[in-house]
Amino acid sequence: MRRSLLPAVCLSWLLAGVAWGDERVPPPEFESGYRMPETTVPSPRAFALEMLDIGALFLALTLATWLVLKKRSRTGVAWLGVASLAYFGFYREGCVCPVGATQNVVLALFDSSYAVPIGVVAFFVLPLAFALFAGRSFCSGVCPLGAIQDVVLLRPVALPDWLERALRVLAYVYLGLAVYFAALGAAFVICRYDPFVGFFRLTGGYDMLVLGGCLLAIGAFVGRPYCRFLCPYGVLLDLTGRLSRWRVTVTPASCVQCRLCEESCPYGAINVPSPLRPAPERARAGRRLVVLFLLLPVIVGLFAFLFHLAGRPLSRVHPTVDLAICATAERGLSDKEASDEVQAWRRTGETLPDLVARGEVLQASFLRGGWWLGGWVGLVVALLLIGLATLPVRTDYEADRGRCLSCARCFEYCPTEHERRKALREEAP
Amino acid sequence: MTALTRRDLLRGVALVGVGSAAGAAAVHAHGDDTVWQIDPELCGQCGRCATHCVHPESAVKAVHVHALCGHCDLCTAFFEPDSKLDTGAENQLCPTGAIRRRFIEDPYFSYEIDEQLCIGCAKCVKGCAMFGNGSMFLQIRHDRCNNCNACSIADACPAHAIRRVPASTPYLLKSAH
Repeated sequence: MRRSLLPAVCLSWLLAGVAWGDERVPPPEFESGYRMPETTVPSPRAFALEMLDIGALFLALTLATWLVLKKRSRTGVAWLGVASLAYFGFYREGCVCPVGATQNVVLALFDSSYAVPIGVVAFFVLPLAFALFAGRSFCSGVCPLGAIQDVVLLRPVALPDWLERALRVLAYVYLGLAVYFAALGAAFVICRYDPFVGFFRLTGGYDMLVLGGCLLAIGAFVGRPYCRFLCPYGVLLDLTGRLSRWRVTVTPASCVQCRLCEESCPYGAINVPSPLRPAPERARAGRRLVVLFLLLPVIVGLFAFLFHLAGRPLSRVHPTVDLAICATAERGLSDKEASDEVQAWRRTGETLPDLVARGEVLQASFLRGGWWLGGWVGLVVALLLIGLATLPVRTDYEADRGRCLSCARCFEYCPTEHERRKALREEAP
Repeated sequence: MTALTRRDLLRGVALVGVGSAAGAAAVHAHGDDTVWQIDPELCGQCGRCATHCVHPESAVKAVHVHALCGHCDLCTAFFEPDSKLDTGAENQLCPTGAIRRRFIEDPYFSYEIDEQLCIGCAKCVKGCAMFGNGSMFLQIRHDRCNNCNACSIADACPAHAIRRVPASTPYLLKSAH
């Protein structure tokens, strides 16, 4: 009988020394003609469907660009946004998106053993390529994260210029951190702290739903807070958007300085004409700029050093570094008392000095990377100060190339635009 | 013809930059997609798969390779240790009663996992690995998995047993020798 066989098998196994897994009890040969069921292996989403996603992205980007630049239609862009929210957001459950794809591309650049899927690279590149030619049409009608904030916008309030600029620095820091952690293979923080993906999946961690809910609540009054002040990909789109070949203009022809569009932008992306300033004020501003430019290397150096120091605590985000620290702390504990992580590591048979050595190598790269991360943050802070000290010279109301999210709201406010539409209506039979 | 502006030049530089970054990233790329999978040799049966998936019902389920199974009467993946050998719920290791035990021929029994009931807690996997052949183990079921860019179970896995595998070979099944 099998039942009585088992203890004997166990005993012989214990005596023979542990052989993990296979065939302590030899699988039987059946006489009754019993056929064993096969293990089912449901396949992942078809590759063709992934390609379809890229096609949908390309199509949506083209459509958004056409609607904003050529058709100048707010209604069109708004409906495209809702459609993208439905498809890329609720149907595809927010994965993969260009914002997160940034990390895959960075990881692939730094870790040659990581093979990034071509589709993910396409998701990263396409919106940037469009931004280089036509501005941030991705933000307006394609990004589900943007669309979910756009639909909750209730009563936008304008933020003071200095606050707006200061908050924008957060996005640059977030991008820096995301690249830092992705490059060092520690974590994909953008995905881990994606505030809206919980809504798209209709489930999520309590903390993430609270964070997302708070952002949406703020978003009722401060337009698209995630896009403007946090989105790391938005930084890349801002930088590429500044170089765009074609751009969103409030007026289709020439600005008549009517000031009607002044408060039309819920995202604070319309630059207003600068007042004429007296000569002494301009001279003072000039001196301030000189001082700030001289201070620039100091600020960069200071932040680089601070983030270099922060490299040690930040390195604990990497699971191996954390494991080395835990394993050292739990040295004296038995297998039962040790944490799951340390238990799992002990099973691998690696010695503690080897693990600690691996952790130290990683920690050293975190400290080295800290210089770069800090340098980047310092540069952004210095440029913020320089930006605040610069007196702009502008004569017309224009949408900022980098900050404009191409939502097409301002068009409706422009009398020249209304004339254009009237002319179009009269042209049509 | 319009003159080349500074912006045109910078745009060219940016295009080359974005293009070469993507190109360099894509050097090791393959047309195939990747999916997440559990390496059963590394899995430590900690039970976090049941609770750390972004879905309320985890995409991780126990699978059974019957060809590896000893088909024992006393199955340590099925029965609580030191319990009576009848199939009453109190004697079953599986908290949801997802394992179906069926008599085949003396003295052999088959054990089938009802995927609808399985929660991926790995209790049976632990039992099977302890005294059996390890024919039951956890796998990510790709009809249930979202293939998130950052798998939240992989982040929580103490044994780092979850890794990206090519979508053309999406399962890491144990096989009979």
